[in-house]
Amino acid sequence: MTVESGAATTVAPSQALLPDEPVPDQGLVQLLTPEGERIDHPDYPLDLSAADIRSMYRDLVIVRTIDTVAISLQRQGELGIWASLLGQEAAQIGSGRALSPDDMVFPTYREHGVAWCRGIDPVKLLELYRGVSHGGWVPEEHKFHLYTIVIGAQTLHATGYAMGLQRDGAVGGERGEAVIVYFGDGATSQGDVNEAFVFASVFNAPVVFFCQNNQWAISEPLEKQSRIPLYQRARGFGFPGLRVDGNDVLACYAVTQKAMQAAREGQGPTLIEAFTYRMGAHTTTDDPTRYRLASELEVWKLKDPIERVRAYLVRTGLAEADFFAEVDAEAKQVGARVREACRTMPDPPPLAIFDHVYAEPTAILRAEREQYAAYLDSFDGPEEGGAGR
Amino acid sequence: MTALTLAKALNEGLRKALENDPKVLIMGEDVGKLGGVFRITDGLQKDFGEARVIDTPLAESGIVGTAIGLALRGYRPVCEIQFDGFVFPAVDQIVSQLAKMRYRSRGQISLPVVIRIPCGGGIGAVEHHSESPEVLFAHTAGLRVVACADAADAFAMIQQSISSDDPVIFFEPKRRYWDKGEVDTVNGVTQALAFDRAKVVLEGTDVTVLCYGPLVRTCLESALAAREDGRSVEVVDLRSLSPLDVDTVCASVRKTGRCVVAHEAPVYAGLGAEIAARVTEQCFYRLEAPVLRVGGFATPYPPSRLEDHYLPDLDRILDAVDRTFGY
Repeated sequence: MTVESGAATTVAPSQALLPDEPVPDQGLVQLLTPEGERIDHPDYPLDLSAADIRSMYRDLVIVRTIDTVAISLQRQGELGIWASLLGQEAAQIGSGRALSPDDMVFPTYREHGVAWCRGIDPVKLLELYRGVSHGGWVPEEHKFHLYTIVIGAQTLHATGYAMGLQRDGAVGGERGEAVIVYFGDGATSQGDVNEAFVFASVFNAPVVFFCQNNQWAISEPLEKQSRIPLYQRARGFGFPGLRVDGNDVLACYAVTQKAMQAAREGQGPTLIEAFTYRMGAHTTTDDPTRYRLASELEVWKLKDPIERVRAYLVRTGLAEADFFAEVDAEAKQVGARVREACRTMPDPPPLAIFDHVYAEPTAILRAEREQYAAYLDSFDGPEEGGAGR
Repeated sequence: MTALTLAKALNEGLRKALENDPKVLIMGEDVGKLGGVFRITDGLQKDFGEARVIDTPLAESGIVGTAIGLALRGYRPVCEIQFDGFVFPAVDQIVSQLAKMRYRSRGQISLPVVIRIPCGGGIGAVEHHSESPEVLFAHTAGLRVVACADAADAFAMIQQSISSDDPVIFFEPKRRYWDKGEVDTVNGVTQALAFDRAKVVLEGTDVTVLCYGPLVRTCLESALAAREDGRSVEVVDLRSLSPLDVDTVCASVRKTGRCVVAHEAPVYAGLGAEIAARVTEQCFYRLEAPVLRVGGFATPYPPSRLEDHYLPDLDRILDAVDRTFGY
């Protein structure tokens, strides 16, 4: 890694000044209406083949199936908890598919759809929620960092990673790389997120802030976090922000692709607010009937991210009944595999507790490990010791 | 007397505090309409209004920092941090601001802020939801750090903490929220033991077991099991982790001659280390064995499928009790 190469990709302060004219309210970027009608947007021409759109539909259906399976696994006691993505499939598949293999992703704990796009086996996601590991995949292999649970912390990691790209000379040119970081509407209140906006802005870091505004931070509606549309916050930090229909997979794809390309070319950060809705509970331990009206859910059901793609494919004749049956069958198959893999997933061995605390185990850790091993051996079977409450 | 869960006892204690002092406020994430993720503040916003029971933006540093400002203006805020692992974004406000204000202002400024933190493991949660960060705060001068272990103490200690003119970090044993106990909701506070005192919860003669929060119940169960082996275990609930009630601790150890400290937090540099040093200094000639510690390992909190190994249980506490008789 050379530090010198970074200088060329860091914008000079004078270029970072804000334009004086107010940014017009763009409204919602939408390319596919809830009724499944394709509409054009002057800033986001999109040329996707029928196969591409069918493939997006397939992804949407499969990740919803995985989500449904995971919720039932939690109900059956196979998972400790699950954070459902129901309703947010389009935001995740649209943005996830807009990434290039070299782009780096920093997720929250709900980005199961993006994980799917990055080729992560859903069973690996379940490891975390089953309590078998804190994150079972190799981040660099998939360019998909571990899930971050502490709200908003990953926005700074993403910004720092992007600053690393600048120093590696990986910004601009043919093979530019960029970073995308996911977070929610609640996270925008955190200091870390606001600090990430500042750092990304002043260093012109190649990072796209992808906020899935699902309207609810557990029980708190958006108005507890912000008095202005979230995308407008970007302007105050000195970079562009936009709002996209988060239930429109095509629009999410288009705006993410454009923002990532701008970042890869050295034009700095963008805030994308994907306007969507958390159709389920915050997690399986939450009970949304305590704080929100069912009528709100009914309104959003009409904007379902999958139904509109299906309607579009049917209306235009780009897919026939056979295709939908195949997708359903495949989703069912993936769901069955995930269910079985979860049920048969073994617990880690007890002494795994002591692994990977430091690069090399310390003397104190080694001693604790040996003592605990001896303690377990003092029982008849190694699995019996220490297993009570 | 009424049988209440520990969670309900906290709820009743907070209700009393809101009733008794119009300056008391409750603030945190989801504490209003939802009543908190553990329902500790259930119904309070409905009865006391949104100005006194405040759903805050999702920002822990913001919660504690604005609580400091409210306290400067004469209020007594009670902040809820949703889970132990989420207190860390607020550490600057707690450690550098809240704890030091009295000292910096040469006694002119009091900050009667209570920070409630559900703590500890044993509920099968994902990471950052099972931690025991008490010693970080016990190490910070200017903060009182307390831990309740049963419903009666929960009811009284939360009110005593709110009445305190010092900032209080109030740890709640989340896996014991649903344990029931008898609570005197009429005289439960006036007749309660001071919140900075330890309490002998089971008398014994052979060995002292010191504990707090979620492990008090575990240690009581261990003591009953030890009794079957003919060993008389005295169990002391520390209740106050800073300051420590060294007098009560040492009186017990001088009587029994043996001492075991149990906590969920890592043994390494944990509260047990401070206790072992003080007991050794003050009870040296009465000790039959070194002070032994049982606790979490020198590792991050493990994935939940391994937490039963990490958390001290009845067997590990009995094992330590046995070992004190090996000297």
